[in-house]
Order: sequence, then C-alpha cells, then structure tokens
Amino acid sequence: METIAECIENIIGAPVHMLEDLDEPMEAFVEKRNQWDSSVILRALIDMAPPDALRVLGVTSRDLCVPVLTFVFGQAQLDGLVSIISTARLKPEFYGLSASPDLTLERACKESIHELGHTFGLVHCGDRSCAMSLSTHVGDVDIKKAEFCRGCRSFLRDRVTAALADESRPGREKQL
Amino acid sequence: MWKILVVDDELIMRESLAAWLMEDGYTVDTAASGQEGVELAKKTEYTIYFVDLKMPGIDGIETMTQIHKLHPDAAVIIITAFATVDTAITAMKEGAQEYVVKPCSPQEISLIVERIIHLENLERENKILRKKLNDRYTFHDIISKNPKMHELFALVNDVASLKSTVLIQGESGTGKDLIAKAIHQSSDRSEQRYVAISCAALAETLLESELFGHERGAFTGAVNQSKGKFETADGGTLFLDEIGGISPKLQVDLLRVLQERSFYRVGGSKEVSVNVRVIAATNADLMTAVRDGSFREDLYYRLNVINIHIPPLRDRLEDIPLLVRHFIERISFELGKSVSGVTDGAIARLMNHQWPGNVRELENSIERAIVTCHDGVLTEESLSFLDGDQGEEEGAMIPGDMSLADLELRAIKATLGRTSGNVKEAASILGIDRSTLYDKLKRYNLRR
Repeated sequence: METIAECIENIIGAPVHMLEDLDEPMEAFVEKRNQWDSSVILRALIDMAPPDALRVLGVTSRDLCVPVLTFVFGQAQLDGLVSIISTARLKPEFYGLSASPDLTLERACKESIHELGHTFGLVHCGDRSCAMSLSTHVGDVDIKKAEFCRGCRSFLRDRVTAALADESRPGREKQL
Repeated sequence: MWKILVVDDELIMRESLAAWLMEDGYTVDTAASGQEGVELAKKTEYTIYFVDLKMPGIDGIETMTQIHKLHPDAAVIIITAFATVDTAITAMKEGAQEYVVKPCSPQEISLIVERIIHLENLERENKILRKKLNDRYTFHDIISKNPKMHELFALVNDVASLKSTVLIQGESGTGKDLIAKAIHQSSDRSEQRYVAISCAALAETLLESELFGHERGAFTGAVNQSKGKFETADGGTLFLDEIGGISPKLQVDLLRVLQERSFYRVGGSKEVSVNVRVIAATNADLMTAVRDGSFREDLYYRLNVINIHIPPLRDRLEDIPLLVRHFIERISFELGKSVSGVTDGAIARLMNHQWPGNVRELENSIERAIVTCHDGVLTEESLSFLDGDQGEEEGAMIPGDMSLADLELRAIKATLGRTSGNVKEAASILGIDRSTLYDKLKRYNLRR
C-alpha cells in the first residue's frame, strides 16, 4: 500500500493519507458470480469518505465486476470523488502463472492512477503507453506505463491544482 | 463527439454500461424503456444504440425497428441476459449490428464500439472525399472527368464574358441547356434574367409572339400588349433550344434581331431595342440543313460565332460511374428511398449500354431502377429493362426492306453527322481505316 501511495503522490501530485482497513459491504457480493459489485462498494466509499478528502481510492483483493460486464480491474466516479481497484486479476497466479508480487504491485500502481485519473475527469487515452489507456486484458496493463502522456498530464495538473485550491469537495452524489 | 444511447429497464445495467462508456470519452444518455429511447432518438441522432431485448412495453426488437425508421443507418446493439439462438437470429435479421449477452467481457464491448466508430469514421471520410471528388468533377451542375468535357468547361469560362452568340450542338440529352445556363452563370449577366424557350415546342405564329411579344389587337385573342422572350431577357441571356426546327420566316426575323439588336412586336410599328446575349442549341446537323437549303446560311454563321459541341455519353463512358452515384444520391433522396449504392456488375452493364438518349436516358434509367429496388443497392437485375429497350431500339432502327449497303450508308451519314464531318473521328467510331472511309464516301457519293 505504501508503494501505491508513493506512486500516487509522485504521479498525481497530491498528498496521500491511508485509512484503516475496511471490510467490503456484504451487499456488494454477487453470489451467483462469486464476485463483488464495484458500483456498490463505490457507494459505500462515498458514505465513509472523510469530509476533507479530495479523492478516495479503495484497493481490494476481491474480484470486481459490474452488472453488465464479466469483470473490471477497477471503477471510478468520472469527475467524482471515489474510485476502486482490484488486485485479483492483476496477479499472475490468476492466470495460472507463478506469483510475482513486484509485477502485481506495478500493475496495481498503474490501475490506481488510471482510476484516480477518471475521478479528475480524464477519459481513456489513445496512447497505449499512457496510464489512461483502456485495459480490457492484463496484457494491456503491462503495455502501459505508470505515468500519463503529455496531454493527460497537462489536463490532470490543471484539475488537481484547481481541486486543491477549491474548498468545496467533488460530487458525493451516489450516482455512479 | 460520438453519442451513445443505452436503453435498459434495469437501472444498474444501464448505469454500469453508461459509466463504462463514459470512461471511454463518449457522451452517453440512458433511457429506462423502449418508448423513452425512441423519444430520445427523435430529438438526438446517436451513433450507437445499446438496446435491451426484454423490456416491459415495447421490447428491444420493436424499439430497434422504430429507431431504424428515424435513423436508417443507426448502429443498434441488442443486449440480453436471456440469450437463445432464436432471439439472436431474430435480432440480426431485424437489423441489429451486434447481439451481446449480459454480462459480457469488457474487451467485447470495447471491440464492438471501436469497430462501429471506426466504420462511422470511414463512412464520414468517404462522404467528405466523395464530395471533394464530385466538386472537382462538377462544373455548374455538370459532372464529368472526361478531358474533352473539361476543355469544354474551359471554353465556357472563356466565352462567358463575351457578348458573342453561342451555338451549342449535341445529341438529345447531352445537357445543352446546362451548358447554356453555365455560360449565363459564369458571365457578368448572371444577376440578370436567363430565359429559355424550346423553339420546336410551339407553332410558328405562337413562337413569333412568344419571342417578340405582341401589341394589343395584333391577332384574335391579343387583348393586351405582351412582352416577348427577347424583352424579358433584356440585359440577360436568351436560350433558344432546338433552333434547327424554326420556320424560314422566323429565321429572317431572328437574323434581324441578331444583326440589329432590335425588333418589332407582332402587330407593332415601334422598334424595340434589347441587349440580349443569345445562346442557341440544336441536336440537328445544321450544316447539312444549310446545304439542303432548309436553314439560312447567314443565320447559321450569325449563330455559330462560338461553337460548342457536347460529346455524347457513349464517348465519355468514364463519366458513367460518377453520374450514376450522383443520380442515386439525388433521386433516392427525392423519392424517399434508401438506395445507397450500386454493384460493380451494374456499373459494367451501364457502361455497355449505348445510351442513345445520353445523360437524360441514364438519369431516367437510374430513377426507374431505384423505384423498383428493394434491397438498397442497384444490381444488374435492377437494370434488366435495359436489355429490352436496347433490343427494341435496334429492331426499330432497321426497317425490314433495308439492304446492307443502305445500312452502311445510314451508319456513315449518322456518324459523320455526330462528328460534324470529322472523318478521322468517324472512322474511329465506325471501326475502319480513314482511307476505307474515304473510299466509301466516294462510292456513296457523300460529302464530308
């Protein structure tokens, strides 16, 4: 978690505070799919977000999904407050390969800044090496870097600066 | 910005799909029922519609049908949690672009959307390029990439600003009226009137009155003074179509106007002066008419100051694909039919036809084919009527008692007429040597 926090501080440019560990809300569990609905967890994150938080990122080892998709690596409120990533499908062992904590961590860093990028209004980027490029397969995550392309970086810098200066905090509406 | 509409009665389904698509940068609207989706489609044209198959009220298939009525080219993706082979077949038969089973992999959704957007981009690019190409080959509503036609366009531009009379020659349906309009529009008279009259359509006395006007009481029924076409066109251009058929008396009157720039109304004694640029056109061989005495030589030379000869369509076959696509676009829009293309086989069939009625015949044929077309694309089958037309024409052209020599003589005369006496060009059309044609001219005692 410290490595992910450090990566966020470096790339996003905002200080990171880590909260106590939380359990996933049980209502997020989708029994017939043996997965967890990330939309439901995001709603719970909105409820528990500290009032002074600029953005919230949840990190879980649960396998996440949304109702319409078989799985997601993560989800975020576009231009909103909360985001989440799952390490379940970032682990090589999920695909029958040998465990590699370093690789998993590297992938988690990329997905963390990707989802946080969405909360600052960034959408998917056509540059495959940019952290904001879409990943529908773990191979896509490995192609991209844990940093933004020039365009996304510039957009993000403006949005982070404005957010840090703004007293009001972004949308805590529960619609995701 | 690409717009997507998600229609699903389940809130979590439509919200999760919308959120996923928004992360991709699309503008996404959602609708909770088929009816709401159709209402939104009435107001906005979306690039992609995700429509759930099973919904209360109107179901996904009916929603898709109604969306297609509003936007025939819309890409509709049917999504369902209850997939069966039958529903998939029905959805695809009814026009769905894709059929997706919920939950689907992110990769599948992503690929489908990417593919549709890619196709949409290609289609837009294609439209822009086609428009650019059409603009390049379009001169005042005349479409051609034929070098001779482009020389003709240049000539039109060169002579537009002159006051000189122009004689446009060409077979029926070649677009003589369009060239006349192009000359007018390119001239400094373009702000003034362009008046056209078909000289063959009216009886001699009526044509005289139409051209020069009449005084009150000039003839029975002339209850008021009336201005003729020459006066109406004062300051502008007068297009006299089918000039070859006018009577000897009118030829004299016309010659006088062209020489004096003035005339008398029928029954009038006051001379009327006008500043009119005259453009005449004919599909007849006026030179032959001069030779046999049916057309005044002095009028011929007065009209023929600038001569423009429009080649027949069979001599510019390369224009057929361009013209066909142009006519399909225009006529299908006018008739409200969704015909979007033409097969290579149909183009080949059209290029094999002789087109005695030229571009007008081609236009009419395309209209006929569009009217009877049901699958959105013109095929050889849509043009099967051309075989019958051609057969009838060929049969009608050859009388039963005609000898081979008569037929040859007729072919040579007609070809020389078309080439305005150009032996080299006529020989090429007839598929014989120039010297052979000279021999035949001698044998049949024909003058060039």
